[in-house]
Amino acid sequence: MTSKAASLRSWLDTDRPTSRRQAFMGRVYHGCRDFSRNRLAMLGLFIVLGLVGVAIFAELLAPYSAYTGDLRTTRLLPPSWTHWFGTDDQGRDIFSRVIIGSRITLMVVILVAVLAAPLGLVVGTVAGYAGGWVDAVLMRITDIFLAFPRLILALAFVAALGPGIQNAVIAIAITSWPPYARMARAETLTIRQTDYIAAVQLLGASPWRIVLGHIMPLCLSSVIVRVTLDMAGIILTAAGLGFLGLGAQPPMPEWGAMIANGRLYVLDQWWVAAAPGAAIFIVSLAFNLLGDGLRDALDPKAAK
Amino acid sequence: MAIPDPTAAGVAPLSAVRTRTAGQRLAPHARSFGNFLVVILLTYLGLLAVTFFIGRVIPIDPVLAIVGDRAPAHVIARVREELGLDKPIYQQFYIYLGKVLKGDFGTSVLTANPVMTDIKRAFPATLELASLGILIGAGLGVPLGVWAAVRRGKLVDQVVRVIGLVGYSVPIFWLGLMALVVFYARLGWVSGPGRIDVSYEYTLTPVTGLLLLDTAMAGEWEAFRNVFSHLILPASLLGYFALAYISRMTRSFMLNELAQEYVIAARAKGLSESRIIWRHALRNAMVPLVTVIALSYAGLLEGSVLTETVFAWPGLGLYITNSLQNADMNAVLGGTIIVGSIFVGLNLLSDVLYKLLDPRTRIR
Repeated sequence: MTSKAASLRSWLDTDRPTSRRQAFMGRVYHGCRDFSRNRLAMLGLFIVLGLVGVAIFAELLAPYSAYTGDLRTTRLLPPSWTHWFGTDDQGRDIFSRVIIGSRITLMVVILVAVLAAPLGLVVGTVAGYAGGWVDAVLMRITDIFLAFPRLILALAFVAALGPGIQNAVIAIAITSWPPYARMARAETLTIRQTDYIAAVQLLGASPWRIVLGHIMPLCLSSVIVRVTLDMAGIILTAAGLGFLGLGAQPPMPEWGAMIANGRLYVLDQWWVAAAPGAAIFIVSLAFNLLGDGLRDALDPKAAK
Repeated sequence: MAIPDPTAAGVAPLSAVRTRTAGQRLAPHARSFGNFLVVILLTYLGLLAVTFFIGRVIPIDPVLAIVGDRAPAHVIARVREELGLDKPIYQQFYIYLGKVLKGDFGTSVLTANPVMTDIKRAFPATLELASLGILIGAGLGVPLGVWAAVRRGKLVDQVVRVIGLVGYSVPIFWLGLMALVVFYARLGWVSGPGRIDVSYEYTLTPVTGLLLLDTAMAGEWEAFRNVFSHLILPASLLGYFALAYISRMTRSFMLNELAQEYVIAARAKGLSESRIIWRHALRNAMVPLVTVIALSYAGLLEGSVLTETVFAWPGLGLYITNSLQNADMNAVLGGTIIVGSIFVGLNLLSDVLYKLLDPRTRIR
């Protein structure tokens, strides 16, 4: 090891950082080091990165069209060298459809996270900081949503809004924010007792400024971990809605809807349903591994 | 409100507790139970508010759905009045509350029956499925979790972890389809979709609606075997999902207990390892486990929506999804309220059980 690298490591490893930047970099370094030692978590990370890559370059990777097939010659062909995952009842190449479908899965996951996590953060931190009746009202609403079975509530919302991928995203987001709100509230309750919050209060900062600028950033890391752990659940719920015909509509190559289509032929042509289901399984397994690893690396207390 | 004696649940009360009268023992429970009841009532009210809201924002106009879009204006106005849609929204909600509490969810457009009648007919099928599922899940999940905790870091622990991870990640409806392909179509070990073969369906008079019980009581063992071979695959599937959660929680509770000092004391006393694990540690771990099992039971009701669709199982889940596909909102919301109520009820039950089983949560 060169002396330069050694000095960089001791700079990162120090327990007496001299600047804010050094403290931050040190924490990032230790987090990454713990994380990269966890082989399963790294595997999860690679699969998730692979999913992102496949989604970006989907059009280049897909060998055939995902939307049209040849009904005369390529209907319901078993897996072969020309069609790796076989073809479906419309003669479409399933491998191409799974690849294009990764975009839909990724989009759903990102949109739900972007909608639900900030909502949960705001509700939780405001409830925790304000206390009193604001807290009581917000937490009661949270409990009502928590008391509901998630898929059933999403089903009812989609039934009201009408089927479609946007409405499925909205329904899943509406049903997945409450755990984030509970977590953010619990953290806010401990943070608001600290001296530096008292100092900011004495400086005359407004409650909104304290919540948005001083409390929320501290709740962010645990919420991110929780969102990663929830990603698998979001994927499974979206696929379930798609399977019931309430999510993405045909001919979109959404994985859950593809399984619903394959269900009609499953006893004789099992491959139509097999490939998209395996894709869902692998991706949600990856998110579970990644989430577990992140939790262990960022929050040593929770690691068992 | 009668609260069962904690001793009946198999937990020895502390000697200090035993010397008090039953009334003194139960009074604090009654108070915290009262608080709890208020919370549950509020939650339930919120649940109804959500379903009411969903029923109102639906883009289909309920009046047009009944009279059609060519009806003259005065007919539309009259139907609107009959449905109470001309009243202010809070009055509508009040009327809605009154109806729901009486068990009146309106009439299903699809079956032309009152929704409650349909639900009563469908519910036993779901109950039978979910109950066998939780029996499988808890019956295998608890021993597996204990085993994993005792042999921590060994092969068994890794295997149990993988079983759990797969259970968290696999789409249940897909696993169900693949299981049908393997065990029904290829191997022929089990019967296919549905609850019972058509040839038995009309010889059977439903008493409880739970077909295993009904056939057993009638002494129709051939039909019983048929019902069982239909039931075992979807129930094992649901059981697997319960197992994934239960074994993981059992493992972490057991690790907690095995690190306690009383375990060391018991070892020092020379008790056998199996006695320490099963009689001492597991008994303490059972307290939080009861909550976990009750919650997974509720979770199975939710999982049954997708499972019932795959296995054409004529239960509550299939009823809700069928109604959804036909825009039958009364049926969808009725089913949602029933499942939501069971969810809230099981949450309540698990909390009460926790308080009764764990002496430390008693207020002194």
